[in-house]
Amino acid sequence: MTGLIHDSVDSLAALIPDGAKIAVPADYTGVAMELTRAMIRRGVRDLYMVCLPVTGLQGDMLIGAGAVKTNETSAVTLGEFGGAPRFQAGIGDGSLTIKDATCPAIHAGIQAAQKGIPYMPLRGMIGSDVLANRDDWKVAQNPFSEEEDPIVLLPAIKPDFALIHAKKADRHGNVFIGIRREVMALAGASRQTLVTVEEIVDGNLLRDDTTATGTLPALYVGGVAEARQGAWPLAFWEEYPTDEAHMASYVAAARSPEGFQSYVDQYVTGGARAAAAE
Amino acid sequence: MTDFPSPDEIRTEELLITIIARLVEGCRLVSCGASSPIPGGGCLLARQQSGGAMQVNVLGSRLNNLMTNGGVELFDWAAQGRLDAFFLGGGQIDGQANINLVGVGDYPQAKIRWPGSFGSAYLYFLVPRVILFREEHTRRVFVDKVDFISTPGTSDPEVYRTGGPYALVSPLCQMGFDKVRKKFHLVSVHPGHTVEEVLDNTGFAIDVPDHVPETVLPDRATLNIIRQQISLEIAETYPRFAAKVFPEAVNAA
Repeated sequence: MTGLIHDSVDSLAALIPDGAKIAVPADYTGVAMELTRAMIRRGVRDLYMVCLPVTGLQGDMLIGAGAVKTNETSAVTLGEFGGAPRFQAGIGDGSLTIKDATCPAIHAGIQAAQKGIPYMPLRGMIGSDVLANRDDWKVAQNPFSEEEDPIVLLPAIKPDFALIHAKKADRHGNVFIGIRREVMALAGASRQTLVTVEEIVDGNLLRDDTTATGTLPALYVGGVAEARQGAWPLAFWEEYPTDEAHMASYVAAARSPEGFQSYVDQYVTGGARAAAAE
Repeated sequence: MTDFPSPDEIRTEELLITIIARLVEGCRLVSCGASSPIPGGGCLLARQQSGGAMQVNVLGSRLNNLMTNGGVELFDWAAQGRLDAFFLGGGQIDGQANINLVGVGDYPQAKIRWPGSFGSAYLYFLVPRVILFREEHTRRVFVDKVDFISTPGTSDPEVYRTGGPYALVSPLCQMGFDKVRKKFHLVSVHPGHTVEEVLDNTGFAIDVPDHVPETVLPDRATLNIIRQQISLEIAETYPRFAAKVFPEAVNAA
């Protein structure tokens, strides 16, 4: 390990203690799947998982592995591959505590933390069972209105770790995120951001406007490790598409706890991942 | 004379894309959400027909992405009043246009659990034309009362609300919604289906006018645009959908 650069993804995963509050992004942002597998290998437990604003395979696998105690999310879905089987099972047997949200409410909570303020007001939600089941959300009168104008207040969401996968980082720990600006909010709200990248490059991404405008500065970053094909089997930006055959095999396997366990044995703790990704 | 294909030449998906394009006509900015290939296709068709007046944001697309400030920007558009139309589905939709995207049975330990509410609890309040869309028209979807309100169809007068249900589109029919009476009404029934079939498969009461027109099919030119152009545009974001519905276009490309 040199500075923020770790030699392995497992070394990055070792930073996350049991009980940590983690924040994970939607698939289009860049999901750190190799780090997710490393977390399952390490056997992390009792996580509070916040999804900005939804999750898919990453959340389903962490839930299936028993790593997640509480999940705050607007949805868990495998998209074109259907419902998330281990999430559904965790809800069904009551082992997973769910805090259902709506996408902009999670964005608002993250933005409040990014700005260092206690809460953010947001339109909508009044009269929904989403709001009715969130005793941590409040409805207040808009103090600037003469008329009755109720508005929802969302408390700041302050994760210990944001986990993302990105295209490249330099050796100082600056990370290129491109157009995915939600990473800035996520990283600003979180105590530290752990990043896997397709490659570690020479130079400094902050020196040139064309890269600096899409760069998460190292000051937010807690650690970086190289993981080529690190979002596999999910699609990653325009770099590679979803491994559709693999996703279909996951969905089939994860229907039962035994099937999920044999998937983990094969692709997480076993050596099949490297062969399948290459 | 406009050339109309016969009903059996037209796939259901193509008809639904055509109806959705009509419903967003005149909008300046429209977006579809997650898991929405048919609404996405409808928006792209409407844009083509608008001659450049309409902007379309397809969530998950690179070529039809209009956001440069992260995933939150769509929600900011809605609150700013810029977003004219959006689409919502629902595991259950009831007669008062309440939507349930969460599950069946007691919350939280639902008997059947769906993905979750996504942005519905917000966008339904702020987007003037929310088009409710389901590919399944049955009594298990269109229920008298939803088990969980992900987002309500109507709100009390003191609640800030610039948006709400504008239409409901299914493989059987198109409906409209009256916000004052809090009730759906039948607008048209698709060729090959009947009012009785709609009523038999709908679990809530709807208003049925004396004369219910048949849904107008896409003309030949529109069908060609859907098959030759829209098919490939939507394939970028929904390859599995495009391969299933438009195998000719996808294979030729």
